[in-house]
Amino acid sequence: MTLASQLIQYLFTGLTLGSIYALVALGFTMIYNATGIINLAQGEFVMLGGLIMVFCTMILKLPLFLGFVLTIIGVTLVGILFERLAIHPLKNASLITLIMITLAGSILFRGVAMFLWGKDPYALPPFSGSRPVHFLGATIQLQIFWILAITLLAVLGIGFFFNRTLAGKAMIACAFNPLAAGLVGINVRRMVLFSFGLSAGVGAIAGAIITPITLMEYDRGPLLALKGFAAAVLGGLGSGVGSIVAGFLIGILESMGAGLISSGYKDAIALVVLLMILWVKPSGLFGSAEESGLKKF
Amino acid sequence: MRKSDYYPILLMALAVILFPLLAGGDGYFISLLVFMGINGLISMGLSLLMGYAGQISLGHAAFYGIGAYSSGILTTKYSFHPVGAFFIGILFSALIAFLVGKPTLRLKGHYMAVATLGFGEILFIVFNELSLLTGGPSGLSGIPSLTFFGHPLEGAAYLYLVWGFVIFLLLFSLNVINSRVGRALRAVHGSELAANAMGVDASRYKVQVFVLSAIYASMAGSLYAHFVTFISPTSFSLMFSILLLMMVVVGGTETIWGALLGATVLTLLPEYLRGLEDFEVLAYGAILMGVLLFMPRGILQGIRGLLGKRGEVGAPSP
Amino acid sequence: MTEQVLRVQSFEKSFGGLRAIEALDFTVAAGQIKSFIGPNGAGKTTLFNLVTGILPPTAGTFEFAGRTLNGLKPHAIARLGISRTFQNLELFGNMTALENVMLGRHSRTAAGIFSAGLRLPGMRREERQIKEKALEELRFMGLENKAMMGATSLPLGEQKLLEIARALATQPKLLLLDEPAAGLNMRETVKLSETILRIRERGITVMLVEHDMSLVMEISDEVLVLNYGRKIAEGRPKEIQRHPDVIAAYLGEETQNA
Repeated sequence: MTLASQLIQYLFTGLTLGSIYALVALGFTMIYNATGIINLAQGEFVMLGGLIMVFCTMILKLPLFLGFVLTIIGVTLVGILFERLAIHPLKNASLITLIMITLAGSILFRGVAMFLWGKDPYALPPFSGSRPVHFLGATIQLQIFWILAITLLAVLGIGFFFNRTLAGKAMIACAFNPLAAGLVGINVRRMVLFSFGLSAGVGAIAGAIITPITLMEYDRGPLLALKGFAAAVLGGLGSGVGSIVAGFLIGILESMGAGLISSGYKDAIALVVLLMILWVKPSGLFGSAEESGLKKF
Repeated sequence: MRKSDYYPILLMALAVILFPLLAGGDGYFISLLVFMGINGLISMGLSLLMGYAGQISLGHAAFYGIGAYSSGILTTKYSFHPVGAFFIGILFSALIAFLVGKPTLRLKGHYMAVATLGFGEILFIVFNELSLLTGGPSGLSGIPSLTFFGHPLEGAAYLYLVWGFVIFLLLFSLNVINSRVGRALRAVHGSELAANAMGVDASRYKVQVFVLSAIYASMAGSLYAHFVTFISPTSFSLMFSILLLMMVVVGGTETIWGALLGATVLTLLPEYLRGLEDFEVLAYGAILMGVLLFMPRGILQGIRGLLGKRGEVGAPSP
Repeated sequence: MTEQVLRVQSFEKSFGGLRAIEALDFTVAAGQIKSFIGPNGAGKTTLFNLVTGILPPTAGTFEFAGRTLNGLKPHAIARLGISRTFQNLELFGNMTALENVMLGRHSRTAAGIFSAGLRLPGMRREERQIKEKALEELRFMGLENKAMMGATSLPLGEQKLLEIARALATQPKLLLLDEPAAGLNMRETVKLSETILRIRERGITVMLVEHDMSLVMEISDEVLVLNYGRKIAEGRPKEIQRHPDVIAAYLGEETQNA
């Protein structure tokens, strides 16, 4: 393969990874916007999305679309239950406790997954067959186009929700000033609940579409969460657009690094980016330093 | 150390001396006690960082690993004396903790948590990838056991060594807590704004306590390496960092005794869960969640509550 | 010539588009009690935050005993001899009253982690001195019986006094009191004004932000009036009371007289 076709290969891989990171970053951003907290269990929503999809299509032998919808509903319910049972009771707790409860949630979900599915990775058949497409000397899986398309749809849907619907704007209001939001009639509790449900759903989508390519196992969550968080911070925490752009950026960076430099350290690439951003400019590419200084953290 | 700590320490020292008799030569039980001590060392350091200074680290297994691998690599590949390797491990851990701590401890809450998480993961990847030095995923074997003037330190003797460290560092920590430095750390936790306004360089102290906790972890790592003589990256994974965190939280963040209790409980737990391997991670998650929701001050305060003592915040110092 | 303890020149502080402090010049003379008054939002607490280094000024300089303080961090400024209390109490709730005041001695003492951990003789001596000095300050504020209580378990009035004790323990040359009378009853306010005068007797210069006008007028040597971040008057209490601009600024605003 020539260098050019290698690069195209890496680019597409990067876009694939980037889609997932973008969706995870979006999940982080949504919960952060509504509640001001970082949900360390975000990666587990992705993991559950993948594994439940496997269960629906491989065990229950349901048609793809039905399985997809059920998976999203299922994981959304998990997100809602999580908020009700673990987050809401602790709403007045210290920051450290809040961080830890989402951590506890992530461990619990991982434990349940390990119990139900064991430690082995599971595969899903690609959505429209496994015959790859050839493009300028590179071999591109069809699934990648599914991933990009669905991600685009999800992003547009969420963007529409936050910018055009009252519910979405209400959610943003809650993060800025829950007291004021409550006073103007916004049901803050419900908004928080929504945000968890929505983030879980988005995570599920990411998990379902990526599993045909990367497989899924019970402990994929933490690394995904870290990289997704890196994207969220890089894009400026709270900025939906930033999350998406940064997600793709990191995905491509990782893919290029893995291909051109070393594949053993590929996970470290996104993590180093994370540390650099946090250490140097926590407000990210699209955030302002003053604004992030005024945020809760 | 305050007067109220005197008797617990004495009791503990007595218990430690009696441990081998309790164990009756049972190697398994002695190993368990050794691991309890090793975990206790790390969790005491974490308690200083989290409980007293109010910071957070989700990646402390990294420093444990640095100590273990320093001792392991230097004694196997470079024929260093274990004591020399021990101190180099400490130096290395301290240096990395300083370099990482300075920018990380400036961050607030969640950002600090995630940064330490990322740092821990990066070290884990490094332990796995630097196989020429660390042996990679297959690990590093042949680490020499410790000897004391020719006599091998095994079994009960190692127990005394490890718990000797524990008692010494416990005393050290208690002294620091009840000193000018300890007050500065607690002040940073209580109100960083006021601490700075009263002349405490909060950033400097946060980094100092982070480095100190890394040193504790490094010592524990070295002791671990020479005890098990074989180490691999899986012992220094995210799961262990979280377990360490749990030791402090479950035991109780308010005092260093809580951390020791937590270490004891959570070292025993995996042994009981050994048979129920499928449930292991689930059990950890459930326990952590249960404690956070129902016993947020930890087991130690729960026990004291049962005994009728009130939990004392700002307890009197004689 | 009386020594100038603090000199502020052309102070300006903007938050984005909002000008919190503008073109502010003043000096504080040694041994003075200088009060800063003005309607809510006039910029008084912001001024205190600037002088103690918590916020950097957008423009202007400030000097303390001849030394420029611009760019110094809060703890460095505290070390040089400026200390303060807070409008919304910032006590260390996780420590006793005594430990709070002992913390005040931090910048005047030196024991580090190692001498502390090993309880070396030098450290033990220092600890005894710290404790003695802290007890002295508690006695000065009338709180010696509360030494062992959790700082935030004290009634509000005593918590405010405790914060002053803590600030005094730092051995300041200049003490900034941010609304010390807020929330105090009549009797406590009288005791407070006596205390501030006794503080001045120790040779400490005091800057006071207060809404309680009777307290301000009674003990201040000089009063500076701020409105919308600008100085509108400065002078002796009697002059300020008669000043037309000051009266105009307060018209329509209910000033609280304790």
